[in-house]
Amino acid sequence: MDFIRIRGVNKTYKTGVTAIYDMDLTIEKGEFVFIIGSTGCGKSTLIKMLYREEKADKGKIIVGGIDVNKLRNGKIYKLRRKLGVVFQDYKLLPKLTVYENVAFALEIFGLSKAEIHPKVIKALELVGLKSRAKSYPSQLSGGEQQRVAIARAIVNGPKLLICDEPTGNLDENTSMEIMKVLDEINKLGTTIIMVTHDTKIVEAMKKRVILLDSGRILKDYKEGTYSHENV
Amino acid sequence: MRMFRIFFRNIRDSFKSVFRNFSLSIASISCITITLIVVSIAIILSDNVNNFASLVEKDVTIVAFIDNTATKQDLNILENKINALDNIATVEFESKMDIMKDMMESSEVLDNIMSGWTEEDTPIQDTFLVKVEDIEHIGDTAKEIKDMELVASVKYGEGMVEQLISVFDIVRKISVIIVAALIVVTAFLISNTIKITIFSRKREISIMRLVGASNLNIKIPFIFEGLLLGILGSIIPIVLTTFGYVALYKHFDGQLFSPFIRLITPEPFVYAVSGILLLIGMIVGMFGSWRAVKKHLKI
Repeated sequence: MDFIRIRGVNKTYKTGVTAIYDMDLTIEKGEFVFIIGSTGCGKSTLIKMLYREEKADKGKIIVGGIDVNKLRNGKIYKLRRKLGVVFQDYKLLPKLTVYENVAFALEIFGLSKAEIHPKVIKALELVGLKSRAKSYPSQLSGGEQQRVAIARAIVNGPKLLICDEPTGNLDENTSMEIMKVLDEINKLGTTIIMVTHDTKIVEAMKKRVILLDSGRILKDYKEGTYSHENV
Repeated sequence: MRMFRIFFRNIRDSFKSVFRNFSLSIASISCITITLIVVSIAIILSDNVNNFASLVEKDVTIVAFIDNTATKQDLNILENKINALDNIATVEFESKMDIMKDMMESSEVLDNIMSGWTEEDTPIQDTFLVKVEDIEHIGDTAKEIKDMELVASVKYGEGMVEQLISVFDIVRKISVIIVAALIVVTAFLISNTIKITIFSRKREISIMRLVGASNLNIKIPFIFEGLLLGILGSIIPIVLTTFGYVALYKHFDGQLFSPFIRLITPEPFVYAVSGILLLIGMIVGMFGSWRAVKKHLKI
């Protein structure tokens, strides 16, 4: 079953820059996909269209059965509740504790404290931060903050996790720790799409790699060995 | 149950947010406070002018002087005829002897002159004092009375009355426009202040959207917050209005410059004004945050 199906998608920004040209892409359920390419190749635009931060001008995007392009602005939350997003800058709320940051994603659904608590603890355990639940983001290292962001993204049990350069601000060792966490989540059945610049990660993980260039898919490797190519 | 939980969480969050963003909350609250004080002054002024205007209008009287040849019977017929006209509120008869007595009591000089006059040879005439229902048509009514038999002449402060009426009408209209304009300006002012509050929380909103909060989810706490700011902002204006107006009323002894210009008694006037201020504060606060947050909910 195709989990994500992209057909004939075009995206041109108001500035006249075309980010994506006539793209076709299929991603299966449970896959771990890297999207790589030089700056400005359209990789960020591609994933932003998946969680409807950007809207495609043309073509069809289906994510988990939802026709993303037909979604009205007021209904976007229905898509967002089915997926988790992780960013380079973590996007945590500084005035909330680690626990509150993760619980935040569940509170807005109106779940009770008793329902929220076990889910938050489970998510924090998965990323190895249960002991830091009462800390504030500013008291954590970059790697730990990113793990909180991952916990928040998965606490809802999404089928898809979108990561926009999650290791962009982190050193090599910390990056690999984050990748271990993501790999574990993937093994639990969550589809992961990750945009990255980090060749070492891509090589180490041996996953599907999609190489973009000027808004087009240049190569689609089944197992990541793209360092032989000149990117 | 779920709805209740969301509802109470929203109220709790809006309280939290007012205190967490304390400096900006203070900015919004003082903005509401200042404008509500101005609105309060405008309402008090215009209501008092209106009150004064209606008092004056009630006092305006047509005085019909009756020919001295009229008999008692003629007077009765005439009174009935006046009463039968449209636009008549009250008709009061004042005999020439009553008038003479009043005038003689009022000054010694008049007393000396008039003491020799008898009912038959006095130049003073019997009068009817007529009050009308609609002051704007006082001229027509006066003319109708004047055209009646045995009515010698009619006086109602011609010209002066019409001028007063048109001035009051203008004052009324202007005060309504000023209050309305002030309310609109306040709403936009508050909207902009809250926009700054919300701008500082843009990140929070975008994160809420990212983790799947619906637009309503995001809007409601902010609207509650606006409501709260509106209520907090109306406290000082209400206290000032209530105590200030009572003090003013006492200081001037219920009248301004002359007994002719009476002030509205404080109770229940100040409660009505306070209620209006609270209502304006709430609506304006809610509208302000709704307008401010709306902008951030587009892609």
